Amino acid sequence: MTHKNNIRFVQGNEACVEGALYAGLNFFAGYPITPSTEIMEHLAQRLPQQGGKFIQMEDEIASMGAIIGASLTGNKVMTATSGPGFSLKQEALGYACMAEIPCVIANVQRGGPSTGNPTHVSQGDVNQVRWGTHGDHAIIALTASNHQDVFKITVEAFNLAETYRTPVVILLDEAIGHMRERLVLPEPGELPVVDRLRTSVGKDVDYHPYLPREDGRLPMSDFGGKHRYNVTGLFHDMWGFPNNDPAVVNGLLHHLVDKIENSVNDIAMYKEYWMEDAEYVLVSFGSSARSAIHLAQNRRARGVKIGVLELQTLWPFPTDIVREKCANAKAVIVVEMNMGQVVTQVKNAVENPNNVFLANRIDGQLISPSDIKTVLRMIQGKGV
Amino acid sequence: MNDTPFDFKNYVRARFFPHMWCPGCGHGIVLGSLLRAIHELGLSKNEIVMTSGIGCSSRISGYVDFHSLHTIHGRALTFATGVKLSRPHLKAIVPMGDGDALAIGGNHFIHAARRNIDITAIVMNNRIYGMTGGQFSPLSGTGKKATTAPYSTIDNNFDIVDLAKSAGASFVARSTVFHATEAKNILKKAIQHKGFSVVEIQTQCPTYYGRKNKEGDAAQMMEGYNTNTTRIGSKKLEKNPNLIQRGIFVEDTDKPEYCEAYDQIITTAMKGNA
Repeated sequence: MTHKNNIRFVQGNEACVEGALYAGLNFFAGYPITPSTEIMEHLAQRLPQQGGKFIQMEDEIASMGAIIGASLTGNKVMTATSGPGFSLKQEALGYACMAEIPCVIANVQRGGPSTGNPTHVSQGDVNQVRWGTHGDHAIIALTASNHQDVFKITVEAFNLAETYRTPVVILLDEAIGHMRERLVLPEPGELPVVDRLRTSVGKDVDYHPYLPREDGRLPMSDFGGKHRYNVTGLFHDMWGFPNNDPAVVNGLLHHLVDKIENSVNDIAMYKEYWMEDAEYVLVSFGSSARSAIHLAQNRRARGVKIGVLELQTLWPFPTDIVREKCANAKAVIVVEMNMGQVVTQVKNAVENPNNVFLANRIDGQLISPSDIKTVLRMIQGKGV
Repeated sequence: MNDTPFDFKNYVRARFFPHMWCPGCGHGIVLGSLLRAIHELGLSKNEIVMTSGIGCSSRISGYVDFHSLHTIHGRALTFATGVKLSRPHLKAIVPMGDGDALAIGGNHFIHAARRNIDITAIVMNNRIYGMTGGQFSPLSGTGKKATTAPYSTIDNNFDIVDLAKSAGASFVARSTVFHATEAKNILKKAIQHKGFSVVEIQTQCPTYYGRKNKEGDAAQMMEGYNTNTTRIGSKKLEKNPNLIQRGIFVEDTDKPEYCEAYDQIITTAMKGNA
């Protein structure tokens, strides 16, 4: 049952704001950049209304540093940016991976590289999300194709950040960020919200910030509170003290990667459209998925057995799920607005990579259903 | 205030020692002045957050038994800003090297000063990048030798005091490791000051800066801090205007502090007066 006052007509960036507040966001630091700026503008107004903190920092790096500091003290935190800003945040993002500090980074993608195409759509940052910061690590990235789902994956981003003590990237794009459509705000309690797991270790008792429980999770203690401990970006022991003992380094790196990669199926979010008997599978995500769904609906009406697998978790890449869903397909078409970033992952995942094709667009224009149709017809041997 | 005798063992993490500073390094003297200042102020170890970046000086945060956050090069003030704004009751102290604070971290330094957020920034100025082996820094000045200036430096240096003043810091001071008691007393005032405090403490790096520039051993370099500096406004300046002045240059208690100003924003926003 929805109430009229729960319905909004908003931009995707605002849907992200609503989702973040629903999840318990209470600290935001940011720097203006197109096309993500509306996220920080809305939070500048909304956060202090509920006692939260908003700060406009001097640059993207500073924003990332500030949210990490605020997360440590026990807050749910976020920053928002786009390509060039996301590039600048990478070192601190790696710090959050290494020191295991929950935080959420929204990257509303625009055309790149460099200043690129600030006001036009792109999905060119998929691989940067995965490997933007240096060194082996794991990362979680979520995306969505409509505002209801933007809200949902934003809440989930905060939940995963807390569950795995890791940075989580919300990978939107300019079309989703700026497009307006209906959003029905869920009631409190309607979506699960994961709160910070805090240690039960009492005051004046030794607390080990990096000692996992039996279930692998690491309870936190609000920094600046009852336990004094060290946090560092160096390899460290269970006390958080720097340690370059080979066994410690090996163990920590495995822990950082395994805690996420071993949970790939738990983290995976996706949607299926007409997949039961699909001979042609469109794999897509973000605003591209809207065109993929549109085309599939159109072709279904003409008797083509075509379905859509919409990925909402891009990293860790749900390899097993993609393989399983594409197992019976004659052909798989990956629909994305880049030169082939997710298609590489799909080729890796499926039994027969030769049956995987790319339908893409990289000119700053939203990929259209007819762009995808052109590729489909070539595969079907029907000519263009 | 605290009248009990000072025992450094109450303030350091013994398991972290021995420290990694070279013999003759001045950083230990800065640490000594800082811990004595904290002791004399009677602060609880639980109310102090020490945030640092990367470099020799930045290792201080690990050695002390406070809440300690060892971050990335140049960005300590940004992490400290997040900690302080979210938990304003904590005392935020940020020890930095000259390269950390004013080269890679220069932007954060001036903006933290501009905001006047209640953080005590200590710039341990040894005029060199020590941890990477002796490259010149923005504080080296011209005509100095460094591994990256084998023919001598042509880069002009910042004056930390002038920079901090111009950027809006509401407490600005300078001392040296030769003047450890003076440094301690200045640090006490800086920590108590409500607003952004900058304390430059000149400290010797005999291993790199001293050796490269033939300034002698640690003791000779420290003696240099005695002969080349004087108190603010001292008569010695009439004879030698090139002496570096020590003391408190700015102590402005009227300037609004950032976290308190933000609390006013929250009050306004909660009334619906946006």
